[in-house]
Amino acid sequence: MAMAALRREGRRLAPLISPRTITAVRSSPLYPTLEDEGPLGVRHISTQVVRNRMKSVKNIQKITKAMKMVAASKLRAIQTKTENSRGLWQPFTALLGDLPSADVKKNVVVTISSDKGLCGGINSTSVKISKGLHKLNSATGPEKETKYVILGEKAKAQLVRDSKKDIELIITELQKNPLNYTQVSVLADEILKNVEYDALRIVFNKFQSVVSFVPTVSTVLSTEIVEREAESGGKLGDLDSYEVEGGETKGEILQNLAEFQFSCTMFNAVLENACSEQGARMSAMDSSSRNAGDMLDRLTLTYNRTRQASITTELIEIISGASALEG
Amino acid sequence: MLRRALGLLPRPIAAARARSFSTDLPAAHTADATFMEAWNKVMPNTDPPKTPLSFMHPRPPTPSSIPPKLTVNFVLPYASELSTKEVDMVIVPATTGQMGVLPGHVATIAELKPGVLSVHEGSETTKYFVSSGFVFIHANSFADIIAVEAVPLDQIDANLVQKGLADFTQKLSSATTELEKAEAQIGIDVHSALNSALTG
Repeated sequence: MAMAALRREGRRLAPLISPRTITAVRSSPLYPTLEDEGPLGVRHISTQVVRNRMKSVKNIQKITKAMKMVAASKLRAIQTKTENSRGLWQPFTALLGDLPSADVKKNVVVTISSDKGLCGGINSTSVKISKGLHKLNSATGPEKETKYVILGEKAKAQLVRDSKKDIELIITELQKNPLNYTQVSVLADEILKNVEYDALRIVFNKFQSVVSFVPTVSTVLSTEIVEREAESGGKLGDLDSYEVEGGETKGEILQNLAEFQFSCTMFNAVLENACSEQGARMSAMDSSSRNAGDMLDRLTLTYNRTRQASITTELIEIISGASALEG
Repeated sequence: MLRRALGLLPRPIAAARARSFSTDLPAAHTADATFMEAWNKVMPNTDPPKTPLSFMHPRPPTPSSIPPKLTVNFVLPYASELSTKEVDMVIVPATTGQMGVLPGHVATIAELKPGVLSVHEGSETTKYFVSSGFVFIHANSFADIIAVEAVPLDQIDANLVQKGLADFTQKLSSATTELEKAEAQIGIDVHSALNSALTG
């Protein structure tokens, strides 16, 4: 700051001493002052700062536009797969119904989220719903426990902060290879092997349209709970009327059924969440590039104002100097 | 919040306002009431999540007389082959053998083994080779067939089937661990089923 003051002092004396020697003394790039040098040591207000900001904002706008295009193309690819997989979970719901309010001791909440960020609020919604389910289950009684199985980095970051002891499994880098049923069924197998459960609740964002993603919870009940609910009547009451073909015991077939149901619902859930992620990223990047455009307009106005002000100042100085010489 | 407001409007308006893709089913407003109540008690400021029931068409109840046609939904993870198609009969490869399903069949849950699924509609038959899966037959003459893989029979190459069978038979004889033996056995089962599907 002292150097800048000295420089300013030097410049004020400049027109009296020698106009040419001072042109070597420029503001160094390390100390950008708002004052610029012109011929005859006339001072301009510098537009450098504004120009730098404009350049960086323009770059941000280009990058976010590109990210939006990338997300749009990825969305197109995965959307057809998702729509085709929507028929997969319906037979299970038609047979076994949908009982999110079933009273169970061991709940497992499978939270599906994305690995990459910049996708709007979908991951926060999923985590909020998962925590809500945890609260819901704990509110019904003291011996109820809720464990988390986390798919994706973003949910992991949020849940590790306050629910570290409840997390059973964390799975990341799901979308490294294109999503397919084999991969998801292996994953489902891992989860079923390693986690004890009475009810599995899969939390994901269902893809309604490019701008709308609905948080959804799919419940898969274990065979014991299904039998308990069937016996007590209600929604699953007529499950007993179904004859079970094959196998040594009915329980074996129902066990296979529960596992198959879990892998099918997981497949659909993972695809829907991936679709929602791309759609949310598209809209986030779109609003971001629009904001960058607005900011660029405002900066351009400021730049022009500053530039015109400095030109006016220069003119005034020259003209008043000239008229002082004449008069 | 808007969704709940929409729920108060009559159904046709709500359906017209819901902007969704044609392949998606309209969100029916039947949701689990106990779940919604319990949720609103614990988390009053957040909307409860939707459940799959609200995304499904409700199934028709069991009719008093046997309907003339069987309605079949045949789904795979990557496509819905047949969706609410009305047919005369389907023959499914259950673990207990080939099972014929006609309208009015008793409600059944059956696991499938690798084999041929044939759909009979009038005079034409479509045959698929399915890897495995489940079939649910409901009392209202709806049949849901869920398979992991299915191919129409004309897309199967006989030479590759023979080669695969020979490969797996050789693997079984050279297998050491239980896991390898089981894998080789599964390979043999599938390939011999493929073989009999092509010849039979």
